[in-house]
Amino acid sequence: MASRQYATFEVDTQLFGVPVAIVQEVLSFHEYTPVPLAPKAVGGLFNLRGQVIAAVDLRVQLGLPARDFDGPAMNVIVRTDEESVSLLVDKIGEVVELSDEAFEPPPDTLHGPLRELINGAFKLDGRLMLALDTARATDTGGGSGSD
Amino acid sequence: MDEMGDIVQEFLVESHENLDQLDRDLVALEQDPGSRELLSSIFRTIHTIKGTSGFLAFNRLERVTHVGENLLARLRDGAQSMTPQTTDALLGMIDCVRGLLTHIEENGNDGSGGDDSDLEPVIQAVTACINGTAAPAAKPAAAVAATTPVEVTVTVTTPGEGDGEGAEDASAGGRKPRTRKSAAKPTAKATPAKAVLGAAFGGEADDVPPETPLAAAAPAPAEQVEPVGPEDETGGQARRSIADSSIRVDVDLLDTLMRLVGELVLTRNQLVRAIGGANDPSMTRTGQRLNLITSELQESVMKTRMQAIDHIWAKLPRVVRDLSSGFGKRVRLAMEGRETELDRSLLEAVKDPLTHLVRNAVDHGIELPDDRRFKGKDPEGTLTLRAYHEGGHVIVEVTDDGAGLDPDRIAEVALERGVVTREQLALMDRREILSLVFRPGFSTAKKVTNVSGRGVGMDVVKTNIERIGGAVDVESTLGVGTTWRLTIPLTLAIIQALTIECGAERYVIPQVAVHELVYLDGQGGRVIEYAMGAPVYRLRGKLLPLVHLDQTLELRDPSSDHNRDVYVAVLHAEGRRFGLVVDRVLNTEEVVVKPLTSRFKDVGVYAGATLLGDGKVALILDVASLARRSHLGSDKIERAQAQLDATTKATSGTIDRLLIAGIGERRVAIPLDMVTRLEEFPVERLERVGNREVVQYRDQILPVLRLAHLLGAYSSEDGATVPVVVYTERGRSVALAVEKILDIVEDVVDARSDVGDDGMMGSAVIQQRVTELLDVRRAILAADPRFDAAVESDPISYDMAGM
Repeated sequence: MASRQYATFEVDTQLFGVPVAIVQEVLSFHEYTPVPLAPKAVGGLFNLRGQVIAAVDLRVQLGLPARDFDGPAMNVIVRTDEESVSLLVDKIGEVVELSDEAFEPPPDTLHGPLRELINGAFKLDGRLMLALDTARATDTGGGSGSD
Repeated sequence: MDEMGDIVQEFLVESHENLDQLDRDLVALEQDPGSRELLSSIFRTIHTIKGTSGFLAFNRLERVTHVGENLLARLRDGAQSMTPQTTDALLGMIDCVRGLLTHIEENGNDGSGGDDSDLEPVIQAVTACINGTAAPAAKPAAAVAATTPVEVTVTVTTPGEGDGEGAEDASAGGRKPRTRKSAAKPTAKATPAKAVLGAAFGGEADDVPPETPLAAAAPAPAEQVEPVGPEDETGGQARRSIADSSIRVDVDLLDTLMRLVGELVLTRNQLVRAIGGANDPSMTRTGQRLNLITSELQESVMKTRMQAIDHIWAKLPRVVRDLSSGFGKRVRLAMEGRETELDRSLLEAVKDPLTHLVRNAVDHGIELPDDRRFKGKDPEGTLTLRAYHEGGHVIVEVTDDGAGLDPDRIAEVALERGVVTREQLALMDRREILSLVFRPGFSTAKKVTNVSGRGVGMDVVKTNIERIGGAVDVESTLGVGTTWRLTIPLTLAIIQALTIECGAERYVIPQVAVHELVYLDGQGGRVIEYAMGAPVYRLRGKLLPLVHLDQTLELRDPSSDHNRDVYVAVLHAEGRRFGLVVDRVLNTEEVVVKPLTSRFKDVGVYAGATLLGDGKVALILDVASLARRSHLGSDKIERAQAQLDATTKATSGTIDRLLIAGIGERRVAIPLDMVTRLEEFPVERLERVGNREVVQYRDQILPVLRLAHLLGAYSSEDGATVPVVVYTERGRSVALAVEKILDIVEDVVDARSDVGDDGMMGSAVIQQRVTELLDVRRAILAADPRFDAAVESDPISYDMAGM
């Protein structure tokens, strides 16, 4: 029975997870450089030990109002084929080991932007963890233009 | 070895490395005989050596590798499979190659032209494998050449041991000419060696059954131990010296190193800033040391990627020679600063544009000898290449003493080809007209030659240079010559940049694009005007199209207050000049360019990102893209310019450009063309000669006149420095000391009156203030009574100021 480790985090009280293997690191950061004219989902750029990282605001990706950058924000930095990208989340959860048995495809009743961003759901004790499709979640091109 | 060219050196280093790899591959191949991958790798190595040796005319080497390659090709393609016999034959071939390389390293040749019979055993062994006729003769040959693969590897690199048969065999053959002449006859070792040598260069070798050379080859190494040993050692050392003086480093590693140093530079900047505030002497010293070490480290790491520009200049003499003789011209090529270094990748990018400029200079610049003689020039033209560092950039100049560019002719052609309109042309100054040659579709060649003048060229040169963050411009005097100047950044990774502020954020502009900075006082007289809705600013009588950065980036509502104080950065890109309106200009510094990911490509306004001294990310603006935005309203601006010029002409003919200086309470205007330079001298540098004040300036003793004294004004307190206006004419200079430089204005001076004090030509209202117009000639004569005697006097009047 195969099982995988997931790093979990919350956005708007919903629990999400990405495979631990693709997570580069998790950190809190507060100085973001806005990128005018960039897609709205781009929260800004920041300096990760000399590397310029783009932060994608998951709230915008999920169709919620954009985050305000008054305080520090939590970053889950994931590796994609092209670059390392940060996902801006509300709260970091723990790393959980989940067996494939607990996996289910996205419920049919789920629609809206969220439906596009997840691979499926894991049944945890008392709550659902949605497995995020990182490629789609970090895709800021198209659709969500500058305004 | 001194005469050995760079190419041969590189070939040797590369081949030795490849051969080491080959040994490993072949041994690995024995474990895994069918590996297509290993066979392909081996094939490529031998193929490379063959190709290069053919090119360098190492015929013996080529012959050996050629048969080896044939066998390897069959193995690779599966036409034949590996057997111990083929392995032996291949190892023998490789040892033979190694021997020949050693010979090349020692003697600069592979003994070509001599006899090849010493190669025969190897070649035959390999050929036998190909033919599948495992000739009994070939077998022992191969066995002799290499008993076991591993041993061979060891023995070859350990000189002095007698069992490196294959290598010894080959090198013995390779050394043949020298041995024959010097050693063979008189020395004692001749007796045993003779058999080998005899076999080696004996013409009968071919006729003798295969056993003979083999038999000869076999005892030879053993006998030759003594003479060969020491020689081999020197050979080994020579090889090591070549291989060890340089190492190959992965470019990725260099990039990583460069990036880390970039980080260090930033951290250093941060730390130095913090230390500056701390006011702790020991920390300050440590900080200074860190500062120094970081700079040196940065320089050294940058050097690892640097190559002298000579690399690309080296082939230009030939280009010039061939071209000039083709045209019947006589051209001398002079090079200055050939050791100037550039980042390797930039060097590649500069190569073609530079070659083009050189070709162009020979083709169009320098005249035929008869023409030159007729003009009183040396019939031999001079083409000068000059490279030097200036302000964080490398400048490369191509200067010819030829016919020069004719602005009238350029203007004519530009009109003809529809590059510009007559209206646009009317607004252009000389420099701008010369720059028309960089426009696409422009070529002034009277006839199309096979060298240049096909309507492509200068625009491509410009595009290529701008692509790497550089710039190109041209200066020319008709009949005297032309200088093309390439401004190239030192590296792609670190650029000199201007940091500006707009909204709450800082942005970075590559310094190379920045022409000048203008401060606009929101309350003052200079405001941004609108030509049919397109924002413009009058910069010295020319309308400069403006781009508001805040509006471009949609940071602010366009209708926000227009009376803010702003800065205009006058930028240049893609042949367009425009002003970028920003809130504040902060500083210039070196920044490390970080590429932006593709997700921002569509935005199009950013060329990259960088980290500022405080560690924050800042975006680097793409000047070319901003320039395109400025171009949107250009036709309106041109119409407005034409109107402006018409009104200007109608009123007073020309626009005056005046320097406004403050003397006491008075405002004094000096025509800008009477100003060569503005300087500021510390008061203590003013010395006295008789009752005059002088200052040492650029190896001259410069008379200084205090305008306050001349005008009888009450001078206020002396500051620590004195601002002066330096005027130079034909090598003779005077300095007019003022109290303050207030401004430079370009305006139609209206409301002029002759109300004026002694030493003044009158007064006028400039910037709503009454300003006195200085009688400059008189002031100069007061400073230096002999100025006119030394300098042929030109009439100076305010009417000339608009020139």
